[in-house]
Amino acid sequence: MSTTATLDQGVAPPGGRVVSFRRRLRAGDEVAYLITLIAAGTIFLITALVFYEVFSQSALSRHKFGWSFLITSVWDPVAGTFGALPFIYGTVVTSILGLLVAVPEGIGSAIFLSEMAPPRLSNACTFLIELLAAVPSVIYGLLGIFILVPILERHVVPPLKSAFGWLPIFQGPFYGVSLFSAGIVLSIMIVPFIVSVSREVLLAVPRDQREASLALGASQWQTTWRVVVPNASSGIVGSIFLALARALGETMAVTMVIGNTPQIKASLLAPGDSIASVIANQFTEATGDLYLSALIELGLVLFGVTFVLNGLARILIIATSRKGAHS
Amino acid sequence: MRSSRQKNIVNYLMFGLTGLCTLMTAGILFFILGYLAYHGARSLNLEFFTRLPAPVGETGGGMANAIVGSAKVLFLATLIGIPIGFLGGVYLSEYGGQTFSFVIRYVTDLLNGVPSIVIGIVVYALVVHPMGHFSAIAGGVALGIMMIPISVRSTEEYLHAVPVSLREAALALGAPKWKAIVTVVIPAAIRGIVSGTMLDLARVAGETAPLLFTALSNQFWSPGWSKPTATLPVMIFTYAISPYEDWHRQAWAAGFVLLVLVLSINIIARLALARGAYVPRA
Repeated sequence: MSTTATLDQGVAPPGGRVVSFRRRLRAGDEVAYLITLIAAGTIFLITALVFYEVFSQSALSRHKFGWSFLITSVWDPVAGTFGALPFIYGTVVTSILGLLVAVPEGIGSAIFLSEMAPPRLSNACTFLIELLAAVPSVIYGLLGIFILVPILERHVVPPLKSAFGWLPIFQGPFYGVSLFSAGIVLSIMIVPFIVSVSREVLLAVPRDQREASLALGASQWQTTWRVVVPNASSGIVGSIFLALARALGETMAVTMVIGNTPQIKASLLAPGDSIASVIANQFTEATGDLYLSALIELGLVLFGVTFVLNGLARILIIATSRKGAHS
Repeated sequence: MRSSRQKNIVNYLMFGLTGLCTLMTAGILFFILGYLAYHGARSLNLEFFTRLPAPVGETGGGMANAIVGSAKVLFLATLIGIPIGFLGGVYLSEYGGQTFSFVIRYVTDLLNGVPSIVIGIVVYALVVHPMGHFSAIAGGVALGIMMIPISVRSTEEYLHAVPVSLREAALALGAPKWKAIVTVVIPAAIRGIVSGTMLDLARVAGETAPLLFTALSNQFWSPGWSKPTATLPVMIFTYAISPYEDWHRQAWAAGFVLLVLVLSINIIARLALARGAYVPRA
């Protein structure tokens, strides 16, 4: 902000506002300002338009089903009955499963990279993890179908069933495509996001906090766990929200391994469906306005949830880095 | 004494444990590369780059149309996304006021977080439906919208890292502000901005979901801009979930090509950034 203030003083003469405006217009400054302002405004408009479109296009379905859309579980395009619960269930279960694996692994990695590792190793690993974040989701889906599912089928699910088979979540036959497979693929996909954001908020914790703790005789781990991590905790929570929003909206990789069966089964080994994948699979085939409108309403649900999560995450992350800057 | 030893043991233990997490996370990249190289490179041949997809039941054929289609859609996306993103970034860094800038930054982050499938729906409603058919244009608009947020943030970041003294020097010579920005500030940050644009392009190059019902796909060439157009990511998806062995082989080949493309752009851009760009967050 201070930059802008200095520059404005440099251009505008101390005279009245009118003189200054005319001068700046002649110099081309107002034009340049307007062009960039329009671009910035366009971004705002596009985001508003995204919301407006999913909201207005789903009107038919919203009026017909009301809130019951979210809590009924019959999805029958032929009869014109649409309930979103199986998709919401699948989305939530796979995302939670993904987080259960990804959060400990991601935070552990972030701690290693920012606190424990020698700088060179840390930089190399960070580079690799950034590359990992760039791998397209359809590639994860490809590996999910042909590599991960067979591995789960042969080496992971049988021991899991023999050890925890008495739990309802591990009962029933396993066909490969399932909520479980989708959750595992998601966990692999979202780790890089947790690592890169958490690492940054950890690095934003002021150095003197660490030094004070070390000077009192605490070990590196004690310093990390009792001083650095608590300081960065809200930012870390923010990174988890960001990752959750990603997981909820992830389409391709999930579609390829979840089985695309709209049902609610207690077992994780059963096939299911998610909001994003039902949209991907049925949108182009949807016949009739109500069908299309119901699919768009699913999009609205997804948009709403990720919107709130992203908003919260940003606030948490901004709050943490501010705290770091002040103390 | 005992507690001190305990402390050290815990310290080493946690070093190992968090190190293991990192090894698992970063190691996945080598698994991905390894599998793609093993299955993909085996299936890759000259035909892949020069031939059209073979009809169902016949083996052979390639994805020449999807490679060209991807290039076309990405070209349109860049044409739409980068000017808006770049100028928006210039606004935030050089002209922005307090409140409006905060709003734009926040909205940009939110747009960045919108699931790509939702962008697909919106572009379907805005472009495909009025036009009456799926097209390369619709695909380009969808990916273009997705390019905007990253372009804004990277432009702003790298412009912001240019020292104030440079701007003041230009202004002191009597240049109007826009001239100072165009001839001094932007050139100083150009390496970062170009690298940011490349990373942005690499990200949307692999996007599949927003293309499913905008560009759709095509087994043939799509001349012009207003026909359904095949793209590499969508072809990988359709071929991978198909029941044909030979299509799976092609999906691996296409996956390999896409991954090599995306990762090499990433590596080049990141190396360019590491060498000589102003370090952001000054």
